[in-house]
Amino acid sequence: MHAPRTECLLNLIDQEYAIRDYQSDIPPRWCTGCGDNAILTAIQRLCRDEQLPPEKTVFVSGIGCSSRLPHYMNAYGFHGLHGRAFPVAEGIKMRRPDLHVFVTTGDGDCCSIGAAHWIHAIRYNMDMTVLLHDNQIYGLTKMQASPTSPRGLKSNTTPRGTQLDPLNPLTVTLGVPNVSFVAQAADWIPDVLFDIISRAYHHKGFSFVRILQRCPEYLPHRFDSWVRDPASMRLLVHPEGLQLSAAISRTYRNQEVHDPSNLDRAREVASLTEEIPVGILYQNPEVPCYEDLREGERPNTPGLIRTVLDEEFEKFTIWPEDHDEVRAD
Amino acid sequence: MKPQVRAEAETKPDGKKSPAKADKKKAQTRKPAGKKKAPPASRRRLAEAVTEHIVEIVSDSGEGAQRCGQSFGSIAARTGLGIWTVEIIPAEIQPPARSVAGASGNRVRLASRRIMNGGDEADLVVAFNEQVLLSRVRANELKPGCIILLESKWRDDPDPAIAQSYAEVTAELTAAGYRLHEIPMEEECVRFVPDTRRGKNMFALGMLCNIYSLDLALAQAQVRFAFRKKDEKIIDINLELLDAGYQWADANLDLKFAIKAARPRDPQIVVNGNTALALGVVGSGMEVCAMYPITPATSASHYLSDIFEKVGCVVHQAEDEISACAFAIGASYAGKCAVTITSGPGLSLKQEGIGLAVMAEIPLVVVDVQRGGPSTGQPTKAEQGDLLAACFGGHGDAPKIIMAAATIEDCFYSVITARKIAETFNMVVVVLTDASLATAQQPFPRPRFREDWLAPPIDQSAVPEDAKPYDWDPRTGMIERFIPGQPNGMHCLTGLAHDRASRVAYDPEVNEEGIRNRSLKLAAFQRTLKTPPVHGGDEGDLLLVGWGSTKGAIEEAVDRLRAEGKAVSSLHLKFLQPMASGIKEVLQRFDKVMTIENNWCDMPDGDLIDEYNRRYSSLAWLLRARHLIDIDCWGETRGQPIKPGRIAEIARGKLS
Repeated sequence: MHAPRTECLLNLIDQEYAIRDYQSDIPPRWCTGCGDNAILTAIQRLCRDEQLPPEKTVFVSGIGCSSRLPHYMNAYGFHGLHGRAFPVAEGIKMRRPDLHVFVTTGDGDCCSIGAAHWIHAIRYNMDMTVLLHDNQIYGLTKMQASPTSPRGLKSNTTPRGTQLDPLNPLTVTLGVPNVSFVAQAADWIPDVLFDIISRAYHHKGFSFVRILQRCPEYLPHRFDSWVRDPASMRLLVHPEGLQLSAAISRTYRNQEVHDPSNLDRAREVASLTEEIPVGILYQNPEVPCYEDLREGERPNTPGLIRTVLDEEFEKFTIWPEDHDEVRAD
Repeated sequence: MKPQVRAEAETKPDGKKSPAKADKKKAQTRKPAGKKKAPPASRRRLAEAVTEHIVEIVSDSGEGAQRCGQSFGSIAARTGLGIWTVEIIPAEIQPPARSVAGASGNRVRLASRRIMNGGDEADLVVAFNEQVLLSRVRANELKPGCIILLESKWRDDPDPAIAQSYAEVTAELTAAGYRLHEIPMEEECVRFVPDTRRGKNMFALGMLCNIYSLDLALAQAQVRFAFRKKDEKIIDINLELLDAGYQWADANLDLKFAIKAARPRDPQIVVNGNTALALGVVGSGMEVCAMYPITPATSASHYLSDIFEKVGCVVHQAEDEISACAFAIGASYAGKCAVTITSGPGLSLKQEGIGLAVMAEIPLVVVDVQRGGPSTGQPTKAEQGDLLAACFGGHGDAPKIIMAAATIEDCFYSVITARKIAETFNMVVVVLTDASLATAQQPFPRPRFREDWLAPPIDQSAVPEDAKPYDWDPRTGMIERFIPGQPNGMHCLTGLAHDRASRVAYDPEVNEEGIRNRSLKLAAFQRTLKTPPVHGGDEGDLLLVGWGSTKGAIEEAVDRLRAEGKAVSSLHLKFLQPMASGIKEVLQRFDKVMTIENNWCDMPDGDLIDEYNRRYSSLAWLLRARHLIDIDCWGETRGQPIKPGRIAEIARGKLS
C-alpha cells in the first residue's frame, strides 16, 4: 500500500521525547504488583530510547487486563474487541506501513478467543511487535482458567482443577510456517525484558514475545519457585543476539548459547517444562512481510482510478455504433 | 424414431413442415460466416416479430450452459435489445450428471424495451439432457406450449435406462403440449471437438443467434471476448462451433423470431451485480477490501482481486469473516474508509465488529449479498432475509445506515454513495444486494467517473491542542475523527463507553452522551434523504412497497395492473434505516398498502395464524412500527426472484 510519505515532512523543531511524553494522563489501574506494570515501563523506555513520535505509534489490543495498556500510553491506541487485536493491527499496518504497530494481548485474548487470528498473524508476518502478557489466568473476569493455566489449577470455572495440559504459546508459534521472531521474557527480570522487547522492535516482521507475567490477585504464587531460584531460569544468549549485563549474568548463571537461527533447537528449548527459557528462541530476518508482498506498484491517484475504470468499462461496453452496424445490414 | 428425423419430433401446432433437405445443403455450401453476412432474405421473411421472449439454456454443471446464456445475453444487448439474465445454479460444484438437482444454466429475457427483471415463464428452452429439462418443467418455469430444443443423443443411449427415461420424458412433454425439437447436438459437435461437454454450448449459442435473428459477427466478437484468456486454437474451435450451430439452425429449424431493438443513445455496459459492485468499490476510492469466501458474494471479490491492484489497492482474503471485518476496521481507522463484502452467515459473524465500528465511530462499508437463510440456508439462491439482522443484528443500541441496491446499476453507485456517507458521518453503512442481483446481467449507461466520488487524501496535519477525538457537535452528533499520524491527536480509541476525550466512561451522564450523539447522527443523515418517488399514480386503491432487487418485478406488475385499469402503485425504498420523511403521507394516500418481499411472512389463515401471532415480512415490520399503519405483506422464499406475474396475481387478490 502507498502510505502517506510522512517521513518526507520536515521537522522544524527538533523534539526530544522523554519517558513522560509517552505516559497518558490516566494512571494505570492494574493491581499493585501486577506484571503488566513492568511491561508498560519497558515499552515506555523503548519508545523513549527509539524516540518514536507518539503520533506515529499505535498500540492495538483486545480485551483483558493486558489490553488496557494502550490507555496508559500517550500514543494512538486501539482497544478493540476480545481476540481481534491481530486483524485490526494487520489492517492498520497494511494501509499504514509508516506507523509503528504494537499489539498487547493476553493468554485468553491471544491463545483462546483469538487463536485463529494468532496462527494466521504469524503466517502473514506483518511488521509489528507483539507482547503476549501471559499470566495463565483470566483476571478481568475474575479468575477462570485460561488455555495456558497449569493442569490441575482450581479456578471459578474449574473448582476441582483443570483436566487438560496447558497450551504452550512458544511451541505453537514456532510450529507455524513463516514464523520469524519468537522470544520469551519474564516480568521479574526487567532489564532482560527490555532488551528482548527492544530486539523484537528492531526485527522486521511479526515479533512475538511471550512474557511470563505474575498476577498477584488470582495466581500470586504461580511463578514463585522460578522467581526464587534463578538457576531454574535458562537464559539464552548469543554473541550476535541477546547479551547479558555483568549483574544479570552473576544472578542468572544458567545460560545457554543459543543460535536463534536454529529452529530445531528453538523448539526443544521452547518445550522445556522444569526450567523456564528466557531470551530469543528464534529469529529469521529473511521471511517476507505480507504488507511488502501486497504493496501496490502505483499509488491510487484519481487519474489512475479513472484510467483503470475506463479500461474495465471498455470490456463491457456496448457502443451505439454497434447498433449502427446492425442497422446497416 | 431417429433423432435425425426432426420432422417426426415436431409437435408444432401450426403443422408447418420442417425445412426441406435442399435447404440443408444450401446451408452447408454457404460461405462460412467469418465476415458479417446476413442470412438470405428468403429465411428472413419467416421471422416472427415478437416484443419479448424468455429463453433458458440448461445443462449439467460444467457443460457451459451458463457461458452460453451470458454470451447470448451480451450479444442481444449489443444489438440494442433490453436484456435481463438470471443464473440457474446448482448448489454443488459437480452435481451428478443428468440429474434434476444438477441443472445449471441461464435464463435470458430479451425485449425491445429496457427491462428490469427476469420476467415470468420461459418461451424457449435449450436443454442438453431431459433430466435438467425436467427440473425446469417441475419448477413451472415453462410457458404452456414452450419451445424445447433438446439434445437427442440420449434416445439411442447404450444404457437402456437412460434411453427409456429419455423416451418417457419426451413423450410426456409432447403430450403436455410443449413444442419439442430434438437436436443432434452431439453428432454435429463431435466433428469439431472430441469432448462435446466443452463445445456444445457454443453450438447452442449459434442456434439461438440464428433463431433470434442476431448478428453472427457480433456473436463471433462475443465468443472471442469470452475466451480471451484462452489460446487462439481454442477460440477458433469455438468460433467453428458457433458457426455450425448458426448454420444448422438456419438449415433445419423452422423457428425464427425478430425482436425489434431500441437504439441506446449512450454507451451501455453489460455486467452482473457483483461485477458492478466491484467496479463501484474501485470508483469509490476505497483502498482495502477484506473478505472471506462466501457464496454468492465471492465473485465480486474475484473480479475485484483482478483489478484492484492496478489502482494500488488490496483485496485481503482473511482467515475468517470476523477477521475480515476487523481488518477492514483497522485499515479504515488508519486510512480511508474500507469495505468488507459478505453474505448472510458472514454478516452474523461480523456483527461484533460492526458494533465496534459504530461505538468507536470508524467509517466502514459492509456489503451483504443476501442468500437464503437462516444458517447455511440456500447459498446460491436469492432471498431478502437479512434486513432486520442488518438493522438490529448487533447487541446494544448500534445505529447504522442500511441501504439496498435495486438494480445492477444501483450495485455500482450504492458502493460509492455508501463510502461517502460512511466517511462523512463516521458511521457503518450496510449495503444489501442479493443473489439475484449478484448474477443477473442488465445493460445500464456507462458510468462517467467523477473525482468527487473519491475520498480526499487522509488528513495528517496537526490537531489543535485542545481538540478532542469525540467532540460531538451538539446539533448533529458528528465528529471529526483523528487519524494516526496526526500530531496532538493521540488518544486511545475504545469499544468501551467513552467520553469526548475517548477515556473510559464510568459516569451515567457520559455514557448517555455518547449513545445520544451516535443516535443523533442517524437523524442528521436522515434529514438529507428525499421521499422516494411513487411508481404509478400518486394515490389509489393499493400501494405495493418493496426494497432491493424486487423493484423491476414490482413495477412491471404495477404497469400490467394499471393497464387493466386498476389503481395500483408502488413505492421502492433505497434507504431502509433511516427512512426518508414523507413516506407516511404516501402510504396514507392509498386504501391498502402491502409490502412485497422475498422473505418469509405468515399468511393469516384463521386457523392458527391470526393478527396476534402473525409474523410479518421485514419491511412490513419496520413500516408498521414507524408509521402505525396497518400494512399487510406478501412474501415468497422460493430461492428465486419473484415474478411480476405472481405479484400481479397477489395484488389482484388484495384488491378483490
